[in-house]
Amino acid sequence: MAKVAYYPGCALEGSGGPYDRSTRALVKSLGMEMETVHDWNCCGAMEVKNIHPMLQTYMSARVMAIASEQMGYDTVMAPCNGCYHNLKKAEYELATSSESLDTLQGLAKKSEDPVYKGDVRTVHLLEWLMEDLGADGIKQKISKSLNGIKVANYYGCMYTRPRQIFPEKDQGPGSESSYKPHFMDDLLGAAGAVNVDFPLKTACCGGAHTLSDADTSTQLVLNIIQAAEDAGAEVIATECPTCHSGLEMHQVRAETEFGIKTNVKILYFTQLLGLAMGLSARKLGVHENVSDSLDFLHAKGVV
Amino acid sequence: MAIHEKTLIDPSRLITSDTLVVDGVDVSGHWNTMILPRTLKEYDDGFEAHIKEYAGAENVHRCWQCGSCTNSCTMYAQNTDFNPRYWIYLTRLGLKDEILKDKDIIWQCVSCNKCTNICPKDVRPEGVMKALAHWIEAEGFGEKSNSTIFDEEFARQCIARGRIEDSEVMTNFYKNTNQDIKEMALNGWLGIFVARMNKWTELRNGNIWKFITRTPIMHSLHMGYSMFFKPKTKSWGHTGEVLSQYVKEQKELAHG
Ligand code: SF4
Ligand code: SF4
Repeated sequence: MAKVAYYPGCALEGSGGPYDRSTRALVKSLGMEMETVHDWNCCGAMEVKNIHPMLQTYMSARVMAIASEQMGYDTVMAPCNGCYHNLKKAEYELATSSESLDTLQGLAKKSEDPVYKGDVRTVHLLEWLMEDLGADGIKQKISKSLNGIKVANYYGCMYTRPRQIFPEKDQGPGSESSYKPHFMDDLLGAAGAVNVDFPLKTACCGGAHTLSDADTSTQLVLNIIQAAEDAGAEVIATECPTCHSGLEMHQVRAETEFGIKTNVKILYFTQLLGLAMGLSARKLGVHENVSDSLDFLHAKGVV
Repeated sequence: MAIHEKTLIDPSRLITSDTLVVDGVDVSGHWNTMILPRTLKEYDDGFEAHIKEYAGAENVHRCWQCGSCTNSCTMYAQNTDFNPRYWIYLTRLGLKDEILKDKDIIWQCVSCNKCTNICPKDVRPEGVMKALAHWIEAEGFGEKSNSTIFDEEFARQCIARGRIEDSEVMTNFYKNTNQDIKEMALNGWLGIFVARMNKWTELRNGNIWKFITRTPIMHSLHMGYSMFFKPKTKSWGHTGEVLSQYVKEQKELAHG
């Protein structure tokens, strides 16, 4: 099994803590191995590129350079869509523009940082799980079925767009699709969940403006939540800390500011998979989510 | 090429007289509505080149006006005045005044990249939206948007420490945009959000046991700790200075 360098990123260190904890617990219980990137820095999220794109490219490449130059890994694994997207974008930019690569390497030398050479690739946690175990591998490892919980799998923007930066997607059978991603569906389905037909898998939650244009974000989140409810989902499974906090935050905002109450629970896919591995809800940080799903999970016999 | 006739018939160019008789025929009312002819003089030939100097808009010249970006756009679905194809068209024609009519919404692009994903000419419209928003602010045509204030606070922390801290981003954003975070926490949705996260709502409902078993003590402690001891990349060294210097030089090079 390929060991990877784990890049948690700022969100998983802060408000996305439950995603970090459930990722670590899940990976361990599956017998997979990873090592946290030493003294990593922020990837620049969605904001830094707006100050200058090279800033973001630099910050992402620095993480990849630490993993390869200092730790000897050829693969970085990021569970956050924002980190994943930025690292992939830097990979693409630096592979396709020698001018950018020169600038980057010059800046790295000046800063006395490890120099990125283009020899690392980034995968999302979903991709790593699919590559190493696949749905069948997961099926063999589950100790407790998710008992047909109806799940809407929400992938968000940055895991699939723009497709140019993800050359391994859309490569036919077995590969992830940028238009109709299915890895989360495959994994949770294998763990006993029922995936509902959810049309907004890759819709935008307005995460970039979650505070600065809150009304827009609330509207976009409501679109997603209501579409999931219409599809019969009991849970929305997320794979990104920004999407997850956005959904939770604007679900509360929609209810308290606009009187629109919704009932769907929001959980990280790692929490659901972890439950199927028999891990405790506490260990997976289920109680740390804002949308309180413990009673529901209890009633379903999953906790 | 698409046309932008919707701005040619803006209300100030319409003339309607209450009574009008032409060749003995009374054409009062709707029949005598005229549109003043106009010749566009207020275009700026160098505008496209100027916008291309903003990072992200390098490919704006490639647009062939297929409309795919607008067709797929998340914000267009919210508000049909949000129209990337149209603004790109105006950029290419140098019609700055027309763009400025929409200055209050251009910054709303949520960076979902649907446009960049679908554009057949690799224009990267998302970057053009950001470039236009920055141009509007840089030239003083509009206030700094909340979005820019957020970006600046976020980038400031990244450059200073290599990492950000959630609550610092949030409090400084509200402070820099003159929003009363205390009021939001005490009487608004933010307070309810925090109460639910910490399961105080259970306490209020008298479910003491649920509160004790569900309150996220470690998570809250960890987040509280980070507020005082900011997350930091120890090996960041003078990386931040080198990066700031680079950005400063690049901006001077592009805009003098
Ligand atoms: S999708 Fe691309 S080519 Fe088509 S109108 Fe938009 S920017 Fe122009
Ligand atoms: S990135 Fe902006 S312009 Fe492009 S589709 Fe999304 S909201 Fe529209």
